[in-house]
Amino acid sequence: MKARRFMAPSAFLWLLLGFLYFFIPLFATLLFSFKSNTTGRCCTAANYSWVIHQHEFWHSLQISFLLALETIVISLLLFVPTIYWVHLKVPKLRPVIAFFALIPFVVPPIVMVVGLLKFFKWSPDWFYGKPWGFLVGAYVILAFPYMYFSLDAGFRAIDVHTLTEASQSLGAKWGTTLLKVILPNIRAAALAASFLTLAIVMGEFTIANLSAFHTFPIFIQYVNESQGFPAGALTLVSFGITWAAMLSLLLVGRKRGTRASVVAGTR
Amino acid sequence: MASGRRRLSLAWIGTLPFFGYTILFLFLPAGSVIAGAFQAKAGGYTLDNVRTLFHQPYIDYYWGSIKVSLITSLLGGVVGLFIAYAAIREGTPRWIRSMLTTFSGVAANFGGIPLAFAFIATLGPLGILTTFLQNQLHWPIYQHGFSLFNALGVELAYMYFQLPLMILVIAPAIDGLRKEWREASANLGASQLQFWRYVGLPVLMPSILGAIILLFGNAFAAYATAYSLTSGSVHLVPLLIGAYYSGNVLDNPHLAQAMAFGMFVVLAVMMLVYIPLQRRAARWAK
Repeated sequence: MKARRFMAPSAFLWLLLGFLYFFIPLFATLLFSFKSNTTGRCCTAANYSWVIHQHEFWHSLQISFLLALETIVISLLLFVPTIYWVHLKVPKLRPVIAFFALIPFVVPPIVMVVGLLKFFKWSPDWFYGKPWGFLVGAYVILAFPYMYFSLDAGFRAIDVHTLTEASQSLGAKWGTTLLKVILPNIRAAALAASFLTLAIVMGEFTIANLSAFHTFPIFIQYVNESQGFPAGALTLVSFGITWAAMLSLLLVGRKRGTRASVVAGTR
Repeated sequence: MASGRRRLSLAWIGTLPFFGYTILFLFLPAGSVIAGAFQAKAGGYTLDNVRTLFHQPYIDYYWGSIKVSLITSLLGGVVGLFIAYAAIREGTPRWIRSMLTTFSGVAANFGGIPLAFAFIATLGPLGILTTFLQNQLHWPIYQHGFSLFNALGVELAYMYFQLPLMILVIAPAIDGLRKEWREASANLGASQLQFWRYVGLPVLMPSILGAIILLFGNAFAAYATAYSLTSGSVHLVPLLIGAYYSGNVLDNPHLAQAMAFGMFVVLAVMMLVYIPLQRRAARWAK
């Protein structure tokens, strides 16, 4: 068989189709965001200035960002020690946790929020009435599969037993081992999981809408309904956030390969 | 022996925070949905709520959801497969592959409210593509019955995250098609078509089916995009559940819980098909 020197014409056409489907809506949004909200003509930056002068824009953005941070911190505190412990001491539980990680796909956000609203109905107001309680409680579960798959891959790439034994034979306690030996070795996996969680929480609409909390996506929907062209500017801002989170993820993901090979080399 | 057993029990304790959290925030709430689906408004247990789901208008919403999910998963699956193969196959420059992966990672996560607006800006009544078709090609699509605010519009928007998801999921499987197999079949005199018919597709099939099932669940569970695009006018189960909660017309919360239970059943069946397919697909991995 002779090797192809040029791209196959059909391959070119399929890729062109994918390219157009990806970029035309973004391009249309960009054009919309420069149209004047009063005349409908191009081009003005007024929509962007309208967005950044909305108090609610900064307020909701801040809420969503803090929710994302809180979700990331709680998820890492909960999942890193658990997955470490399971790899080290109870490997029998690994398939159980892997199976648990599939359950959020069977219980989608719309089903989850129905259950959470019912189950926590009688919980105190500091939890049920506040996004920092109720929403974060739900978001940790939303983030769980992504956290698990990323962290589990990170832990599989290092030799948990040797690292732990080495650390303990030098007199380190569990906390020191986890913080100073294990964590630096799975840093890339933890960072990748954190960026993915950031993207998920910054864009989550279903649970926030049904439990009536005013997060960033709720504000975007409000502008969508009330203001035509400024919504274009806001959509691009939101897209930029997703884009930044995913690119950061890819950057640390690339490092993970080298890091894993460094660890494998020292083994 | 005794110390070994003691260590085992201690090891279990280490996973307690995790199991406690998932029980509290996942299993108990999900269980309360299932229990609530079988409870009567006045108290006591009943099958009436679940039975109601099989009547109008509820059954329409389930069919609507299944139809949108089937169409976008099948079309997204097939087109995504072709795009992924086009990027991986011989002759395509390597940078296209890595760029496609990057864009797919972003686009698969670009759903919900912003996605709905991007499609309004493209194919809405004043959208850029709509006006282009009308002014340049004299094809006023809205006068020909097209609308973005019905099931077709929802399907078009869903394709925006279905295609990249398919590309991300299927690319590793296509990588698994070994070059030697293709050379071996060519040496034995097989044509391109014969290679795909007897080697390529049979090896890829579990991965393709698994990916399409994943896409089905992805569309079936989606809420935000359709909500924002159609203000809840399209017949989809998540929108109906949402309307029950945000519309303050919750005369029977157990009916909403039964609808959520119905979604759970559909997705659980989907998972039962998915897991064995995933195992078969893993056979050729690496």
